[in-house]
Amino acid sequence: MSLLTERSNDADLSSVVENNRTLTSSRTVTGSKLRSWLGNWWVLIPLAVLLAWALLPGIFTGADPITGVPQEKLSAPSLAHPFGTDHLGRDVYARVVQGTSQTLLTAGLACLVGSVVGSLLGLLASTAGRFVDSVAMRFVDVVLAVPAFLIALILVTATEPGPLSLGLGVGIASIAAFARLVRTEVLRVRSRDFVQAALMSGGGYLTVLRRHIIPHVIGPVLALLAVDLGAAILAISGLGFLGFGSPPPTPEWGLLISEGRQYLTVAWWLTTLPGLVIITTVVLTATLGRTINKAFRF
Amino acid sequence: MGGYIAKRVGQALLVILLAYTAVFLAVQALPNDPVTIFLSADASADPATIAQMKAYYGYDQPQIVQYLDQLGGLLTGDFGYSLSSGSAVSTRIGEVIGSTLTLAGSAFALAILMAVVLTAAASLSRSSRVRNAMLNLPPLMISVPVFWLGLVLLQILAVQLGVMSLFPDGSLLSLAVPIIVLAIHLSAPIAQVLIKSVQEVNRQPFVDVLRAKGASESWIFYRHTLKNAVPSALSIAGITVGTLLAGSVITETVFARAGLGQLVLQAVTVQDIPLVQGLVLLTAATFTAVNLFVDLIHPKLDPRIITAHAGSPRALAA
Repeated sequence: MSLLTERSNDADLSSVVENNRTLTSSRTVTGSKLRSWLGNWWVLIPLAVLLAWALLPGIFTGADPITGVPQEKLSAPSLAHPFGTDHLGRDVYARVVQGTSQTLLTAGLACLVGSVVGSLLGLLASTAGRFVDSVAMRFVDVVLAVPAFLIALILVTATEPGPLSLGLGVGIASIAAFARLVRTEVLRVRSRDFVQAALMSGGGYLTVLRRHIIPHVIGPVLALLAVDLGAAILAISGLGFLGFGSPPPTPEWGLLISEGRQYLTVAWWLTTLPGLVIITTVVLTATLGRTINKAFRF
Repeated sequence: MGGYIAKRVGQALLVILLAYTAVFLAVQALPNDPVTIFLSADASADPATIAQMKAYYGYDQPQIVQYLDQLGGLLTGDFGYSLSSGSAVSTRIGEVIGSTLTLAGSAFALAILMAVVLTAAASLSRSSRVRNAMLNLPPLMISVPVFWLGLVLLQILAVQLGVMSLFPDGSLLSLAVPIIVLAIHLSAPIAQVLIKSVQEVNRQPFVDVLRAKGASESWIFYRHTLKNAVPSALSIAGITVGTLLAGSVITETVFARAGLGQLVLQAVTVQDIPLVQGLVLLTAATFTAVNLFVDLIHPKLDPRIITAHAGSPRALAA
């Protein structure tokens, strides 16, 4: 059954009215959803470009990100080098484009760890009884008490700097947010009448979870995932800036800015332009998060 | 009320104990002990020296003894010894904490002020363009990396205009700019929550009653709405204490300031695990204490929290 009919369990008058309106238009609901998604083309297209930068950097730039042309060192942005060149004559635009996959992969690893572990923990806390709930929530409190930044630093100290320990550290830190969100949402949904009805009509734990609870929880989780991706990119570029990411000459966004810092007095473009790319990316993921949240609101 | 305080304090102590245990277990899970890891880069260290140093710092004891020893030390304010300098971890932290507290404290105060100003402008301005701009500012501010903002300001002020130096020289600008950079980063989440909660309060019927009675918009905002919206903003302000440290580390690096941030970076770079351990525990304890404080004054600001039995007041804001 669709989610729309489940909603009509609400005795609340206003929501019944609202339901009737949604039910009458339920045939066109997929069409209007698609249209509202396409209405956000100004978010989706730049994000698609970023994804393409990560997957097929060769299409967007022919310049070599690792070896530069020494004669062209520290030249200001021009048509040939839209972001200028650095102290070795490397094209900064090419380095930003080639660095996208590195940054997105590390941030993606962080999101994967955070969302999967966090969601499972939240699900467990909200459905497996009070004891499990309080144990899981104290664990979340502990993760929350140590700043994300320090968790990543502990991992880097114990192992060695690199994208893997960085992504893992940032991911562990974001477990708390996902666990709390999923727990709150599941608790909210499972008190509703349709869940009780499904359980009473003989639905098993997993069936009810899969067919009735998860469809309601998935929207907020996806929205948080988009926001978390932006936060992870910020955290990772910050740690990369401090030198705990991949070693040079890897083109990584934070590292790029940190290298440009030494030429602050002569070449503003080395720090400013890659930073603008980071800001744009984070703003885009945050907007995507808001869009998802709206699209899934019932 | 007494039960509420006891429960919160107990929970806070438990969280600190668990954080200590987690860090201890993480260190135990490493393939080597802290001394061996620290000396791994030093070619001149022979096994005898390592064993001697291990015995000196107590890393040759059984794990349970180490656990209790270190815990006992923490309770008496002894954080152990830094491997890279040999002095007590508490001494090394004490040397630089003042500078960081000044930076973080002023940035925090400024961040709260900025959040209130932003919220006031977003709700009181007559021009809808200004209101919209204020609403969109916090999401933008949150997306700007601290290190980038710091570098761009340095570029403009020090390189282009030449009004400040690239390194701290005690001038007013070199003190103020790092604080402003950190405060912009911090105020964004606080402003976001404050604006949202002001909007929610504004939808309540009592605001309409006030308006009908002829109260001016600014009277309603400062005397009624803001007062009702503060508790939830306070919760998020408590949580930003965590990002305050990360922000301080990066700000201190960009502006070449001495402080806790530089100490963390050094400790991580030379793999001085006891020092990192001490810094993590200090941060976790600070974070927990600040949030305990927020939880405890919460019912004073909003008595409904206790009477409503809503569980954790933080659940409302989280």
